Order: sequence, then C-alpha cells, then structure tokens
Amino acid sequence: MSLKKHILDLRKRKEQVQKGGGDRAIEKQAAMGKMTARERILALVDKDSFTEYDLFVEHTARDFGMDKKQLHGDGVIIGTGTIYGAPICIFAQDFTVAGGSLGLMHARKITKIMDHALKMRVPLIGINDSGGARIQEGVNSLAGYGEIFYRNTLASGVIPQLSVILGPCAGGAVYSPALTDFVFVVENISKMFITGPGVIESVLGEKISMEDLGGARVHAETTGNAHFYAESESDCFEQIKKLITFIPWNNSKKAKAFPPKPPKFKGKIEDIIPSDPKMPYDVRDVIKAIVDDSDFLEIQELWAANIVIGFGRLNGETVGFVANQPMVLAGVLDCDSSDKAARFIRFCDAFNVPVITLEDMPGYLPGADQEHAGVIRHGAKVLYAYSEATVPKVTVILRKAYGGGYIAMNSRHLGADFMFAWPTAEIAVMGPEGAANIIFKKEIDEAEDKDAMRALKVEEYKEKFANPYVAAAKGYIDSVIEPNETRSLLLHAIEVSAGKDDHRPAKKHGIPPF
Amino acid sequence: MSTKKTEGLVDFAILSMKYKTKLTKKFENRVKYEDPNPNHIMSYIPGTICEVFVKEGQKVKEGESLLILEAMKMRNQITMPHTGKIKSIKVTTGDRIPKNHLMVVIE
Repeated sequence: MSLKKHILDLRKRKEQVQKGGGDRAIEKQAAMGKMTARERILALVDKDSFTEYDLFVEHTARDFGMDKKQLHGDGVIIGTGTIYGAPICIFAQDFTVAGGSLGLMHARKITKIMDHALKMRVPLIGINDSGGARIQEGVNSLAGYGEIFYRNTLASGVIPQLSVILGPCAGGAVYSPALTDFVFVVENISKMFITGPGVIESVLGEKISMEDLGGARVHAETTGNAHFYAESESDCFEQIKKLITFIPWNNSKKAKAFPPKPPKFKGKIEDIIPSDPKMPYDVRDVIKAIVDDSDFLEIQELWAANIVIGFGRLNGETVGFVANQPMVLAGVLDCDSSDKAARFIRFCDAFNVPVITLEDMPGYLPGADQEHAGVIRHGAKVLYAYSEATVPKVTVILRKAYGGGYIAMNSRHLGADFMFAWPTAEIAVMGPEGAANIIFKKEIDEAEDKDAMRALKVEEYKEKFANPYVAAAKGYIDSVIEPNETRSLLLHAIEVSAGKDDHRPAKKHGIPPF
Repeated sequence: MSTKKTEGLVDFAILSMKYKTKLTKKFENRVKYEDPNPNHIMSYIPGTICEVFVKEGQKVKEGESLLILEAMKMRNQITMPHTGKIKSIKVTTGDRIPKNHLMVVIE
C-alpha cells in the first residue's frame, strides 16, 4: 500500500468507529433529547482542541456470543482538550454503544485517562451516560468500577474532578460521581440511584417514578448529590466552563487571576440589610455587592439553601464564600447546611482558594429530627473543616453571631486570620431574649409585671452585650468596620495573606466526622 | 426553591427569638417525633411477612417468636419484647410492608 492509501485507510477506520453505535442508535439518542458522547465533548472543549485516545480499543468478552459483537471504542470516548485554554482530561460514555455499559476495556480506557489526568495534574471531567455494568462481562465490570473509585479517591484533593450526569447512572456507577468534587445534572436527562424503581417496587411494593426517585431536581434539591442543575445540556456545559475559570488546575497552583473589576452593584451595601435583626434579606445580594463584576458562581443553590456557598473574585483572584442565608430557615446551621459548607471549605483548602465567611445566624436548628439525624456529627464537620484549613480565612460578621454558631462560622478561635464585624453585629452566647430570661430569671419571676420586667432586662442585655464591642475588647474581633469598607478590607486581607504559610502537625490524615 | 424577596415569609422561632424567613420543602416535610409505644411492634426494615406463629389473645413469653419478616433475602425473627398477651395482629402472611409499619399490638 502506498502511504496515501494507508492514510485513507486510517481515515476510513476512524470514520467508522467515530459513528459509535451507528445511525439508528444515534437517532434514538437524539429522540431522548440527548446529544451523543462525541457532540458533548466537542461542545464542551475549545474548538479543535480535542485529541482522542484509544479510539480503536475493542472489548475482550468472549461469553454469551459477545465474541461476535463489535462495540466501537467499547462505549466510551477518552481524550484531552482545553477549556478557555486550561488543559483537561475527559471521558464520555457513549450510550449508543451497548447502552454505554461498562466492561473491562471500557473501564480500562476511563482509568487510563484518569491516570493521565493525575500524572499531568490537570482537571478531570467525566460524562456519565450508561446503563450500568455490562452483565456479559461479569465480575470484570465490577472490577472496572472499583478501579475507577480507587483513582477518584487518589486524585481527590490533587486535581479537580467534575462529573456530568447526562443519562442514567445507576447502581455502583453512582459512586464515581459521588467521590468527585462537583456533580452536574440536567433536567429530564440525569437519573441517579442505587436501586431503581423496579427493585423498589418488587421489594417494598412502593411505586415511584424514575424522575421522583433520582431525577436531576431531586439530587439538586433534596439529596445534595448534585452541585449544579441546568435545564439543558448546553446550559450545563456553560456552567462547567465557568467553574473551570474559577478553580486551579491542581493543588499546587492557584486559580488563574483575571483582570480586576469593580462590582456592578451601585448603592450602599448597608441598605441591603434590614435594621430589624429578625427581618431577612438575601445574603447573595451582599456577596454580589462585594465581588468583582458582581459575578458570583453559586454551588448547590437549591439544596440546604440556608447556607450559601460559591466562588467569586476579589481583585481578580478567586475566593470561596460561605454565607449564612437569613432568607431561608433564618440562616440556621443544620445537618445539610453543615455538610454543604464543610465539604466546600475542604475543597477551597485543598485547592488554595481563600475562604470568606459572611456570618448572620441565630444558631442551630432545634428539633428531634435534627438531633436524631446526627446534627452533632454533621455540625462537627464545619468545625473540623475550618480548623483544618490553612488557606487565608476571613470572617465578616454582618448581624447575629450567637452561641455555637459564632464559634462554628470561622471564628478567631478556629484560626480565622481576619475577623471583621459590622457595627450591627451581635456577638453573644445566645439571643438577647434567651439570655435575659436565664440571667435575670429571679428579677423577672419576682416582678409584679413580669412582661415589662422581661422587656426591660432584654433591653439591658442587648445594650450591654448584643454588639461587637465586647468581643472586640477581648481581641476576638480585629476590627469593627463600616459596611462600605467591606470590599476594600477584604481585598486588603487577601493581598496581605498572599504568602500565608501555616502548618498542621504531620499526620497520615485526619479523621473528620464523616 | 424560590427566594423572591418577601413572598412566602413566615415566623420561625429559634429559642426565644422569632425570625421572618422562608422554609424549605425538606423542613416542611420533616417527620415529627412521636413517643414510641412499647406495646406496638413495628417493622424495623421493609419486607414481606413470611409466617405468623401467634394468634390474637394468645399469651406469649419474652423472646418467643411472633412472626418472620423476610427482608433483603434474610428471614428475620420478630420476637416478643416482654411477656404478655397478643392484643391484635395487623399483618397476614404474604403482606409486603414498609419500615415502621405496625405489625402486632401486645399488652
């Protein structure tokens, strides 16, 4: 064969394999409202940046007539590319090939690109669209899942790992996304569960639709398994691209700095917050008034909305925000919000992203359901995550900082580097009403007009203790600041802590309460 | 969950303070705590009733088997928590029951 013929032959082979499961399977995929694996990768990465590996890999199964079947690429596409110039490794399961089922070679392709991502220290993006284990390959497919989980764990905290659920992801397969840092879901397309509706009905007699059991909305709102929820695949890809701009390539780098921009917010930041501490406001408005270009990328927006987490930039540099949300459940800490905040703080700490905490919270959510659900061990995660973190840690107390909540929300005592408080801050062992009822119990009980006495004592307590100055007098607060100074002081705090060098005792690893 | 500025605000008490805020679906749907009744024998796992060994009105000693609840391919013996009488049996052989389902009332 002449060289030209060789090249033509290669092209022909490529073209054939790149069709995946063939025209009919591709039509079916489109009928389900889904893009093909190849379309997805090309939509996500920079134009002409995708380089595919292992295109010609074939499965090795010999039983059940599998030896006569050809599965192009063995149902998964792997390769490297760039997103806004940042290098990434990517795999996408191809549902048009044997339902994207995972066999030995399919798993080996995935682990190959994972190993590559870890070695090259670049983010890994996994697009999941698979019917599950390839039953014909038996225990080989189980082995494949295990080898993927193992690598997810080794890569955790070294490179950012993103999972995109664009189809079914059921049974053991769900644990790879669960081990990664960010999970993206799309309405009507994503389905995640350990046991499907069929099994649940046969065992329990309970009928539940796939959507209600493990649809995108459920994971974004109820379970907290998903971090980003989108209405279409293209919206989802925009979210991924945006996230990539906020995070570093690996744990030895900082996120790429952008040209600094002032916030779009015009007006007074203090006007966002009602003067009555019992009235709510949306803390995201405060964040947007602080960050560059008022551009805030919220994570897990729909789940545990009583705490807000996400990325923004200060003077062009990525920072992570953890903020109590008075608009939802008065901004209390509970099992879910503790879990949400703690995991995010650990991500920021692992990837050199400073953490900024905006505090306005009345304490922990009371209730037998909370206690029985383990609010003690979930709440402890927040203490652990803040204490463990060595990235710059800045707190701004906006209003309430009561009791255990004051300690938990990155207090000086857990190692905060900068503690700022607005003059509206109320830092106290508990809310004024509760404290007055205990401290002045005798006076209140003995008074003729108990309510009048209680009101008087509450005022007295508020006057004396519900302010930032008692804590400032002890040095627990570094500075009581005017709200309009917040952004400039945060910029300053981040600037002067650029060389922060803080160490923890040498250990194999800690034992956080998870 | 929508966080439009003031719509849906309710009073929400934390300790002695009442805050205006919104509730989450999860909070509104939470299971309220009820004191367990020691005379109610509930299922601790969802499953199928395989066999029932006792009759209503029968006197049963502590530790004796009342029924078998098969769950996750395991035949679980449900035993009498203390010596007493069977007041009523709420399940029959073949029933598929959820978790926390009342199976037997004793006295």
